[in-house]
Amino acid sequence: MYFTSILDLTYCMEKRYYTDQLRQLTKRVFCLLVMGFCFFSSVIYAQVEPVSGLENQSNEAMLPSMWWVSVIGLLLLVLLIFLLGWWLIVRERERTKQKEQQLLKDIDKAQEKLQVIQQQLIQQEKLASLGQLAAGIAHEIKNPLNFVNNFSELSLEYIEEINEYLDKQKDDEVKAEIKILLNDVSANLTKILQHGSRADGIVRSMLMHSRGGKSIKEAVDLNELIREYVNLAFHGMRANKNPINVTIEYDLEDGMDKLLLYPEDFSRVILNLCKNAFDAMREKLDTIAKIDASEGNRPPAYGPKLLVRSREIKDKVQIQIEDNGPGISEAIKDKLLMPFFTTKKGTEGTGLGLSITNDIVKNHDGTLEVESEIGEFTRFNILLPKNT
Amino acid sequence: MKILIVDDEKDVEMLFRQKFRKEIKNGNLELVFAFSGAEAMRVLEESNPPKVVYVFSDINMPGMTGLELLDKIKEKYPQINVSMISAYGDSDNYNKAIKSGAKEFFTKPINFDSLREEIKALMN
Ligand SMILES: [Mg+2]
Repeated sequence: MYFTSILDLTYCMEKRYYTDQLRQLTKRVFCLLVMGFCFFSSVIYAQVEPVSGLENQSNEAMLPSMWWVSVIGLLLLVLLIFLLGWWLIVRERERTKQKEQQLLKDIDKAQEKLQVIQQQLIQQEKLASLGQLAAGIAHEIKNPLNFVNNFSELSLEYIEEINEYLDKQKDDEVKAEIKILLNDVSANLTKILQHGSRADGIVRSMLMHSRGGKSIKEAVDLNELIREYVNLAFHGMRANKNPINVTIEYDLEDGMDKLLLYPEDFSRVILNLCKNAFDAMREKLDTIAKIDASEGNRPPAYGPKLLVRSREIKDKVQIQIEDNGPGISEAIKDKLLMPFFTTKKGTEGTGLGLSITNDIVKNHDGTLEVESEIGEFTRFNILLPKNT
Repeated sequence: MKILIVDDEKDVEMLFRQKFRKEIKNGNLELVFAFSGAEAMRVLEESNPPKVVYVFSDINMPGMTGLELLDKIKEKYPQINVSMISAYGDSDNYNKAIKSGAKEFFTKPINFDSLREEIKALMN
């Protein structure tokens, strides 16, 4: 019986259980030892102590029954201790089983998380390779565009020259007809050139946002860049799935000096923060729509609004992008800028947007901070030194 | 003044000959064309020293790339000016070309006004 407890002890030691459990078991073994000792001594005492009021004979006659009592008592004790030990083992086994199950659940959860991250990585890899492919195609499109634009330009020059020659001819009906036709051809060529240049512009701005663009700091009119990319983010959102209506309000400081920036990087900051704001406000709209559907009462009036602000503060420039979305809780705020952190379900978000944004701002020696009030607003605050 | 233009696309010859037709007509400019890096080297080797004073080369070409051609020309004929004309105007290509001794870097679609200025500056 003690033996089983001791077996348990060694089992615990082998399994490297925590010391408090070990201590508990040691206590139990000690208790059992004391109990056993007490019982034994009481039995022996009962045997040795003569019972008062009885004669020697009857005392002797009682001896065998006393002996039986002690044997049965001992057997009972053995049984009791055995049962106790057995129960202890069973309980301990039950506990380890539960612990193992909990562990398995944790592992399952971690695995699920891992799978989501893996999915996101695959998605990103796909996007990246798609981006590279697109950049390659964009570059190659410039070769035919080179011919389209330059040959149409050349033809326009020719027509001008032909017109000069024609002007030296004497006027007649044929000359007038030719001039009219040449005018049409010239107008067409102008259109070809115009749209070819437009295509070139599209390709150029696309390349600015893929890897391998020039990374040289340029003096940039910050307000102009803000307007351009807030607008681009808005139209991008409108063109994608689940567009929402957003009022955009600008509060830009007049007459700011140009700022040295990596324009294509910094435009991504504006794009990302706007996209983030649009997503947040869409979420609030969805929540309100759900309230409306479930309770049948009138939803609170809500109009998504994006406020974009720029300020000059001493030797720094401040840019604020504020939405009136659902806000961000304190708990999430700390994790917001960490890579791979996302509140979006499944593979919807990469969890990289804000961390990249933060990296770009840091790369400009600036800071990015978040202020928020649940249910009211989220405000991203960028501070940039003027001379970077 | 003799100028060599290297590009894997043959239409480039038609474009350049028309764009510079006035300069060619009055004999100020002579254009020669090569449609690969290897052909460009053969053109340069035709006479010793080469009559070509300026080479404009595409970068993305099958076989020898424009950047490899640039290195070869600069090694063999350091006196010849070489400029790149490429659709790939990224900093990687730009830096490589300038580091290897390219004079200028023009991007496609070609702005012939700036190209004409570059050539005129060399004529005077
Ligand atoms: Mg090519």
